[in-house]
Parts: sequence; C-alpha cells; structure tokens
Amino acid sequence: MQDTMKRFFDGDVWWSFKHNPLVIAAAITALICVLGAAFAPWLSPHNPFDLKTINLLDAFTPPAWVTNGKSQFVLGTDDQGRDVLSTIMHGSRITLLVGICAVMLSMLIGITLGLVSGYIGGKLDAFIMRVADIQLSFPAILIALLIDGVARVAVGKEYHDQIAVYVLIFAIAASGWVQYARTVRGSTLVERNKEYVQAARVIGRSPLAIMFSHVLPNVTGPVLVLATLHVGTAILTEATLSFLGVGVPPTQPSLGTLIRIGNDFLFSGEWWITVFPGIALVVLVLSINLLGDWLRDALNPKLR
Amino acid sequence: MTTPLLQVKNLRIEFPSRRGTLVAVDDISFEIAPGEVLGVVGESGAGKSLTGAAVIGLLEPPGRIASGEILLNGRRIDNLPFEEMRKVRGREIGAIFQDPLTSLNPLYTVGRQITETIETHLNVSKAEARDRAIKLLTETGIPAAEKRIDHYPHQFSGGMRQRVVISLALAAQPKLIIADEPTTALDVSIQAQIITLLKKLCREHGTSIMLVTHDMGVIAETADRVAVMYAGRIAEIGPVSEVIHNPQHPYTIGLMGAIPSVGDEVERLTQIDGAMPRLTAIPSGCAFNPRCTRVNDVPDGRCTRERPSLLPAGKTQAACWLHDKNTASVAGVSKETSHV
Amino acid sequence: MSDSKILLEVRDVAREFDVSKPWLNRMIEGQPEQILKAVDGISFTINRGETLSLVGESGCGKSTMARVICGLYKPSRGEVIFDGVDMAKVHGAELQNLRKRFQMIFQDPYASLNPRWRVGKIVAEPILSHNLITDPAALKKRVDELLTQVGLSPLDAEKFPHEFSGGQRQRISIARALSSNPEFLVCDEPTSALDVSVQAQILNLMKDLQRKFGLTYLFISHNLAVVSHISTRVGVMYLGRLVEVAETKRIFQRPLHPYTQMLQSAIPDLKMTGKQRTPVAGEVPNPLDPPTGCAFHPRCPYANERCKVERPSLIEHPDGGQVACHAVEEKRIPIRLAA
Repeated sequence: MQDTMKRFFDGDVWWSFKHNPLVIAAAITALICVLGAAFAPWLSPHNPFDLKTINLLDAFTPPAWVTNGKSQFVLGTDDQGRDVLSTIMHGSRITLLVGICAVMLSMLIGITLGLVSGYIGGKLDAFIMRVADIQLSFPAILIALLIDGVARVAVGKEYHDQIAVYVLIFAIAASGWVQYARTVRGSTLVERNKEYVQAARVIGRSPLAIMFSHVLPNVTGPVLVLATLHVGTAILTEATLSFLGVGVPPTQPSLGTLIRIGNDFLFSGEWWITVFPGIALVVLVLSINLLGDWLRDALNPKLR
Repeated sequence: MTTPLLQVKNLRIEFPSRRGTLVAVDDISFEIAPGEVLGVVGESGAGKSLTGAAVIGLLEPPGRIASGEILLNGRRIDNLPFEEMRKVRGREIGAIFQDPLTSLNPLYTVGRQITETIETHLNVSKAEARDRAIKLLTETGIPAAEKRIDHYPHQFSGGMRQRVVISLALAAQPKLIIADEPTTALDVSIQAQIITLLKKLCREHGTSIMLVTHDMGVIAETADRVAVMYAGRIAEIGPVSEVIHNPQHPYTIGLMGAIPSVGDEVERLTQIDGAMPRLTAIPSGCAFNPRCTRVNDVPDGRCTRERPSLLPAGKTQAACWLHDKNTASVAGVSKETSHV
Repeated sequence: MSDSKILLEVRDVAREFDVSKPWLNRMIEGQPEQILKAVDGISFTINRGETLSLVGESGCGKSTMARVICGLYKPSRGEVIFDGVDMAKVHGAELQNLRKRFQMIFQDPYASLNPRWRVGKIVAEPILSHNLITDPAALKKRVDELLTQVGLSPLDAEKFPHEFSGGQRQRISIARALSSNPEFLVCDEPTSALDVSVQAQILNLMKDLQRKFGLTYLFISHNLAVVSHISTRVGVMYLGRLVEVAETKRIFQRPLHPYTQMLQSAIPDLKMTGKQRTPVAGEVPNPLDPPTGCAFHPRCPYANERCKVERPSLIEHPDGGQVACHAVEEKRIPIRLAA
C-alpha cells in the first residue's frame, strides 16, 4: 500500500495536478461540498428538520448582509423558518448520496455487461448491444421518469415514499449504464486478442476467470473518467426529477426539491430561497466536472 | 578530396523532461561522401533513428538539437527556418521510412503523390511530371506503371508499396536519402529485392544513402561504410568489410558474435550480459564499460572516468581506450569472438 | 503416457477462417463467401527432446499452426495427437492434465504479460491453475527458483512488467512457461521483437533449459539464421502447406524445394562471400485466392503443366527428409549446393 502511494505521488498524474491551479481549486471546492454534506448533522448551524427548533416567525428572513437579516441565519430562511444554509447542507447530503450510489450501481451494471459482451461476443454481444442502442434512443430523464412512475403505481404512494430514494438510485443507474458498457466492451475487444489472454487460455483457465482476473483490471481505466463526469450528470438528473416533483419525497428534500420550493417565492421577492440552493448545485457539479476533465487529460498517455 | 555531401559535427540531441534533460545523442560526428552508402547500425535506444530525423529536420518536439552542426554540401541545414528547410526536404534530401502503409496517404492516388512532389520541387509541367512519375515507377520495378500510377496505396502489396515509397523519395532527384529501417517490415524474399533495387537506383542516380537499421545483414549487403552506435554515441565507424570481419570495439565484437549465421555450427552465441543503459542512467566515461569484458585491460580504470573519442584502430576508428597509443601495446584487441 | 519417440503428431491438420463480409453486405454487393485457408493440410511429427522449427514468410500459416497445436483454435480437419492422445477427444479434467504438459511463449514481450499483475503472480499462474502447489511458502520458493533459472532475481517477483526490458520480459514468459514442469514448449517467434544481443541471450538460455530439463521445442520463426542455430529439424511452410521438412544441416546445405532454395538465396550475406543469388521473383500471393495445384508454381522457375493442376504431397527423399515438389520427384532440378 505504501509502495502504491509512493508510486502515485511520483507519477505524472500527481505532477499534472500540482501544476494546475484551476483543478486544485476545483478539488478543494468539491472536497468542501462533500465534507459539508457528509457531516451536515454535526456541522450545520441549525437542524432544519427538528420541528421543535423551527419558529414560523423566523420565516422569510433575508440573508445576513441584507437589511432585516439576522446573523444566526447567514443565508436567510425559507417559508417555514428553516435556515437555508442548513437545508442546503442536508439537501446536498441526499443529492450526493443519490448521485454517487446511482453512479456506482450504473458502473457495476455497465462494466459487467460490457465485459461479458466484449469477451464472449457472438449472439450475446449482439443482444446486449441492441438493448443498449434502443435505450440510447430515449433521453435519460424519460427512462428515469418511466421507472419511477411504474414504481409509484406498483407499490402505492405511502410505501413508495419509504423506498423513493432507492427507486431513484436504480432509475438513474438504469439510464446511465450504456456508456460504461460500450467503453468497456471496446477495451475488452482489444485486450481479448492480446497475448497475455491467449497465454491464460493455453494454461487452461476458464473464460470467467480470464474475464474478471485478467481483462477487468485492464479495462477500467477510462471508466474512472466516465464515472467522475457521470456523478455530475446523475446529480443534475436527480435535481431535475426532484424539481419536477417526482424525485425524493418532501420529507427528505434534496437540492432539487429546495430549488422547487424556493421557485414559488422567486417573484415575490424572496430570491434567496431558490438562488442559494441553485448556486450550491452549480458549484458542486462544476467542480466535479472540472476534476473529471482534468482526470481524462491526465490519464491520456498521448498528451503527457 | 571532394567535399563530403553530408557533414554531421558534434551533434547532440536532448529531450527536456521533468526528470531533467535526457541526452539521446551525445556528440557524434560523421560524413557521407557523394554516392556513398553509410550504414548506421545499433540496437533499440542507440539513437540512430533520432540522428536520421535530425538530419532531415523532422525531430519531434520536445526533442531538439542542443548543439552541433549539420551541413549539406557545405551549407548549414540544422538551423534553417521552417520554409527553407521545407525546400531542402524532398529536393535535396529524401526519406524512406519503415512502414510503407503509413508512409503513403491512403486518400490520394500514388501518381498524385509522386507528381505533387515533382511539381513542388522541380519546375516542370504537369504532363512532364506525370511522365517522370511513370518512369520512376517502372524503374522501381512496378509492372504496367502507366496503369498503376492511378491506383491507390491499398491496391498495392507490401513490397510494391515500399517500391512506391522509394519512387516518392527519388522523385525530386535528391542527393541524399535517409532510409530508416526500409526493409524491416517486409518478408525476407522481398527484403532482398528492395535492397538490390535501392543499391542499383542509387548507383545510377548518384544518390547517397544514410541507411539506419538494426539488421547487420542488410548493412553487409548495401553499405560502403558503417557506423555502429551505442547509447547515443558512435562506438565504431569504418568500411563495412572491416567492421564486420575485423571489429575493433568490444561492443562490435560482441554484436557480431551474437548474430547467428546459417551454416555456422556454434553451440552458443556470444552473449553481452546486461542491456543498453536507459537515457536516465548512462554510465560515466565509456557508456559500454559496465558490460565490457576488456575494461580491466585499460590501466587506471580510465574506462569508467573518461569518455573515449574515436581513435584509429586498424582500418576503422573505434571509441575505445584499448586503441589509445598508451594501452595498445599491453592488450591487443582480441578477435577470438569475432564473426568470421 | 506412451514410450514412443514421438511426442507430437500432427495429421492432415487444416484451419480455415471465414472472413466473408457480413451477410447483408454480401447480398447487396454480390460478393461471394471468402474462406481463408490459413493452414491447409499439414502433417509432421516431433520427437522427444528435439527442436522442430517451422519457418516461412508472412501468410504461410505458421503462427496459426502453433495456435492450433496449443488448443487456441480447433482444427477444421485433421488431428493433433500429443503423446498418443488425440487432443480433440479429451475434455474437462483429462484435458487440464494434458495442458500442464505443454506451454506457449509468445512473440510480443509487451503484450504477453498482464500489465496489472505482479511478476510473481504471472509466473505462478500455471501452478495455481493446475493445483500443483498449494502451500504459499512452497509456492514462493518455486517461483523464486524459476526466476533464478531464467536469469532474473527473486526480488523481481514483486515488480510489474513495465519495469523490465523486452529481453527480461521474455525471460519472465519463459519462467511462466516452465512453472508447470512441461515437456513441450511452443515458441512463437520468441526473439523476433528483440535486439540482436538480447536475442543471443534468450537463445542461449533456451538451449540451456532444453538440455537441463529435456524439453521439446516447436519453434516458429521467419528468421532463417536463428532457425539454423537452434533447430534439430526444420519445416518450411508456404501458403498454409508444408513444402519441405528435413534435418537442419541438410536443409541449409542442400535445399531441395525451389522455395527453400529461394529463401536461402534471400538471406543477407553477412560473410559477403559473393555467392550467386537467384533473384526471387514476385511476392507471396493473396492467401484468400491461392494458386491452383502447387501453391508456389507462379513463382517457380521449374513449374510445368502438372504443377499448375496437381498439388504435390510430401514424399521422402533419399537425401533425407521430405519434399513436396513435382520437379524434385521428377528429378528436373539440377542439384546445387548452397555456399
């Protein structure tokens, strides 16, 4: 482990990171967002979901630097008296949870299907790729909406609220696996013909063993970049669905929900309720995307 | 004594990298006379391809010529501005690379590529250019040239493609051709054809060739003189028959002994233990000293401290302290492992 | 396990590849099916302890032959018989048992080792796959022993392939091949990608190992000089067929088949003795569209009408070995000693 760490810090990737101030800034920003979200219950100035601490009289307080603002509510409060900063931190938590879990599930599905498709080939490959092609002709949001809608009807509203987050994760994962499958399939097709795979076949190892112990470690490189960029997309998808009202239930608001709630008050002058969650979302996704872009270039051997 | 066609003086090629500056070619000098074929032979990493690239001005950045001069017919070409060098390339220096597949543009007919070269460098009409192209193709042994001139590269086989590349190189009547591994990608029987063709054409047109390769056999058949490169330096340089039959540098001796030959019934090939040093770890003094079996025959450990310059050794020149006047009497260079 | 001298027998093996365009394209463009006969009816035997080389130019099918023997391709026809056992008739555990008795070494030192595995794991793979050693300490000892045998150090087991040079990687490949204590090694151009001095090291190593462990080699190469140095017997292939098989000395001193003679002439002459050369005519034809009869007849100075129609078979020759040539059979070729 120590050896790997040493090798990493000696390598080209770390060097490129150190010399790229924009990327360092993006990384720090992303880190702050993630840590703030992860430790929200301990770090946030108020608990926006504890009904005992919320006072309706505090509702619609503007941000602290505007007239009538209160210093205890730095970014103001919403229509129910909840501190906006705290809701953002808790909301980010849900957003990031859904985003990251969806990406991980998506990767699992996509990598497995891509690996199997590329290595075994033939009719199985053709079948999986046709399914992928068909899915690509639908917009991702539509697919997520579809899965979510079916779940609601199938399970009934009350139960659905309990499992909404899981359904959402599954829906976003199902809409995004194709890119992983295709990339991994392409790399697998290349690796399959290499002599180390032939050597393993001569030794007599089973196709399953070869796929997962030999080919898999060599095809996951580009996946890392895809996943980083996909986190941004997954987050936005979740936010969109929540904004539309078909995402997470209102008892666990995510950034998207917050934006929707605040939207109603935008034109009556209480701009901070929607704007600050919006900025939080943009900053989060932007920093992740910048990191993903840098990673793609840093890992590209031809650009080094 | 005629002016040499090409003079390379103290050429040094460096690669700046984040690990420091790497010296890929370290202060080499040689000449090519008009009409002569000079072989530049060496194993991978020796710097021979870089030398060829530097002469023709196609050194890929970040590699750069750090110092030294390259003169063509007495005129410096290593520091020419881009436009000037472009005129030199093609008109005075032609190139043949290893892979005929990528040397030709797959989207243009063979005829168009050759006539384009002719028109760019020589002042002739389109019709005249086409005639010359057909003549060239016929000279390089392509049957029915008037028809094949309008074919695309993919319609030729490997050996035929290399012949087209040779026509292309000769199109503007250059005085010097840089050939970098021109036969390595070809089958043995085609290799023989191409080598014979190259020799014949260059004799007829009076073109010199700088033939860069790792294949000693090709050098033996084609070159007049040969320079053996090791770790970016010239280890030995001299007439081909001398270097092959009477090598004077321990590396050349080892190399010749390592090459298997049909009909030789040796039990073991000569083995030079170790490998060519990486650019980041070139030994001080003579680059070959860690692998050299004669290193102790030179007094005072000179081999590890001082880099030898090319010294006269028999009928060739070898960069080896064994041939310094002070040591020569003690040890003569032994020929027991030479190839004959 | 039989006692006979013959370790491997190949009987009329052929391997075809369907390289036709997809059905839809063929329908629209009106193109016929295209079958590539990479190996077209080859028979030979390899005796225990000897080195048989298969030599030939690109497209002759020697690499395909190696892969058929190792089980990477199933033969389209014919049998591969290893130590008396027909490879096509064994499956499962019996096949695995047979598999540990032969191994393969590949041409490209950069692609033949998994870049993500450590060297120790690479070398140990055959051992673990065949359950030969289960105790971790004993396994480490064995891996160290193998690495030392090929001229590397036990410390190298912890490193990754990219930390080694081409020659060293081939040594690792050889160590891996030896780990299951095989009797038979198929070597597909193992030194073609290496520098001359490194090639010498690897060839010497292979000879030493052969002597030490009584190995049998099938050596594939396009380099006649290397082949002459390392082989007991040589088989010359052309367009998927075997044209001549004989002891090394005989084949190089008295090549009988016109193609072998041409190959001989084409070898660059390091000794520069100025020997007479027959200029080699033409190029290897497209394997998708091989000539009728004897595949070599378009380039052969001795071809007659029979050669264009009838494919010659391998016939024993009084000088030793076998030759597939009508002109040789009919004694139409003047005997010429190579220099």
